[in-house]
Amino acid sequence: MTTTSSTLTLPAGFALDQRVQRPLVILLALVAPIVALSFGKSWVRVLDFAMLYVMLAIGLNLVVGFAGLLDLGYIAFYAVGAYTWAFLASPHFGIHLPFWIVLPLGATFAAVAGIALGFPTLRLRGDYLAIVTLGFGEIIRIFMNNLNQPINITNGPQGIDSIDPLVVGGVDLSMDLSLFGIQTPSVVLYYYAFLVCVVIALILVRRCQISRIGRAWAAIRDDELAAKAIGIDTRAMKLLAFAMGATFGGVAGGLFSAFQGFVSPESFSLTESIVVLTMIVLGGMGNLAGVVVGAVMLTALPELLRHFAVPMQMALFGKTLLDPEVLRMLLLSLAMIVMMLVRPAGLLPARTRYAHRDRRNA
Amino acid sequence: METFLQQTLNGLVSGSIYALVALGYTMVYGILGLINFAHGDLLMVGALVALQTISLLNSAVPGLHPALLLIAGVVTAVPVCMAVGYLIERIGYRRLRNAPKLAPLITAIGVSFLLQTLAMILWGREFHVFPQLVSTTPMQPIDGVVVSPLQIFTIVVAFALMAGLMLLVNKSRLGRAMRATAENHRVAGLMGINANGVIAATFIIGSGLAALAGVLFASNYAIAHYAMGFTPGLKAFTAAVLGGIGNLPGAMVGGLVLGLVESFGAGYIEHLTFGFLNSSYQDIFAFIMLGAVLIFRPSGLLGERVADRA
Repeated sequence: MTTTSSTLTLPAGFALDQRVQRPLVILLALVAPIVALSFGKSWVRVLDFAMLYVMLAIGLNLVVGFAGLLDLGYIAFYAVGAYTWAFLASPHFGIHLPFWIVLPLGATFAAVAGIALGFPTLRLRGDYLAIVTLGFGEIIRIFMNNLNQPINITNGPQGIDSIDPLVVGGVDLSMDLSLFGIQTPSVVLYYYAFLVCVVIALILVRRCQISRIGRAWAAIRDDELAAKAIGIDTRAMKLLAFAMGATFGGVAGGLFSAFQGFVSPESFSLTESIVVLTMIVLGGMGNLAGVVVGAVMLTALPELLRHFAVPMQMALFGKTLLDPEVLRMLLLSLAMIVMMLVRPAGLLPARTRYAHRDRRNA
Repeated sequence: METFLQQTLNGLVSGSIYALVALGYTMVYGILGLINFAHGDLLMVGALVALQTISLLNSAVPGLHPALLLIAGVVTAVPVCMAVGYLIERIGYRRLRNAPKLAPLITAIGVSFLLQTLAMILWGREFHVFPQLVSTTPMQPIDGVVVSPLQIFTIVVAFALMAGLMLLVNKSRLGRAMRATAENHRVAGLMGINANGVIAATFIIGSGLAALAGVLFASNYAIAHYAMGFTPGLKAFTAAVLGGIGNLPGAMVGGLVLGLVESFGAGYIEHLTFGFLNSSYQDIFAFIMLGAVLIFRPSGLLGERVADRA
């Protein structure tokens, strides 16, 4: 039985040799910020966020796409990671720990939160699981919003600012760096830092997917009862999926916190969970390449809209009828509905669904 | 004692609204096994359409009787919501009836999002004041307990609607067809029931109830905006699960219980946690309750269905 391929399946006519494909993708990922820089720093920022969303999408895909557990509270783990960084590396409590302590701690806390969510919900599946996880996310957000009194822990809706930036090997990524006489802006430095994390995540998840664990997840996703019957420890496997998925969320959250320098409950609303879910749905659930493409597309498209839609409306109607935020929401909701109706497997469908006989020879 | 009575009353008011919305969830779930995430947003659509009618009418013919305005609002909101509910089913869910479970669920989330976005386009992002068309002048039947005519009105209307729905489902031909379809689509079809028609009717009735609930909700909180449907929708879903999803009396009981728990929770949480938590945590009760019910008694208080249908 073949495993899901992570290579891009391009439409016929544009078929590229597999040997060309991989270096091409790597090259694209490496030069992207330099190209973007020529259009302005804000586009590099968009790429930075795209990398964070890729990270989130990889984590959520692990839970939803691989193990089939629909988690609508995923952003809570992102929040755990972000707030861990904000607590342990900011003037808020006056603690300034280095990233190699804070980031693993954030990831660990997120993983613990993942298990805390997974453990009581082991028996639930499908829409029940979705709604409980959604509730979990909301509970976390309510606490973030209100834990400013009587003891001020999260600083409430105002959020926490002046968070320490990412400092790697003595290099402060929030400062522009002069490399061999070339001025490298901070956003570009962050991009490469995030890219490294994304690549590590991709390799890790890929190894997991084609291992016994990944196959066990797929078995649970396709038929839980059968999976149990052939001796898979479904409880342990589900918990592992929740914990691993949450870990990626936690890491992304920590990086987000450092990059932004500011966190508030606003950034962790249900909408964000749904945005990440839409990325997976659009790209192709269960397929890593699809997930990456979906995440990059849905981060970049609203920005492009922001850039072009407003001037276009001004030219056509003399006023802005739809502001960028509305357009973004519209795009997301339509992406979800239309994809489900027209192409439920996503733009780049996972090659093999283990249990589907018709695809067995694909 | 006064606090107790007051919280009971407040709980009954919000509980009866949750119950109305919960009926829509439970009917759709009973027939399709689908959580219609967009159901809560129909409440929002109902409230905003009613508000639009009321303000238009008010500016066209000033000095109309508030009761007339309210009726006009309801008369426009209900059909609009019914139409929206029908369209959602027809365009969104019907094609996905035999798809894997995840597909209709994600579509439902998308539809919920879409409705909110459209409302945002039509009515903007600001909070609108919903006029108080039923008097809110407080009365004090018992010392220390405040009741307004609006609250009594809400409870009476909600209970009347619930009773009407029960009659419809238990006594009418359509009701029998609905019960048969819920039991088994195909067999119902063999018995000459137009299953698609019945499912559409279910969506239409549920959406109408949501519109009415929306008007009641907006009247009670004097506010309407594009995202107002989400939280009550979730709570109504909780109520439906609490009562046993797919079970109509269950949804009503669940709605009332949830309303009461929430109201007592908000009233007493400060004492219970020694001031650490306060009433701004009100919303967590529904979620905690939802989790607890699904984990310990997934079939709900009155239901017999199992939670294990993915």
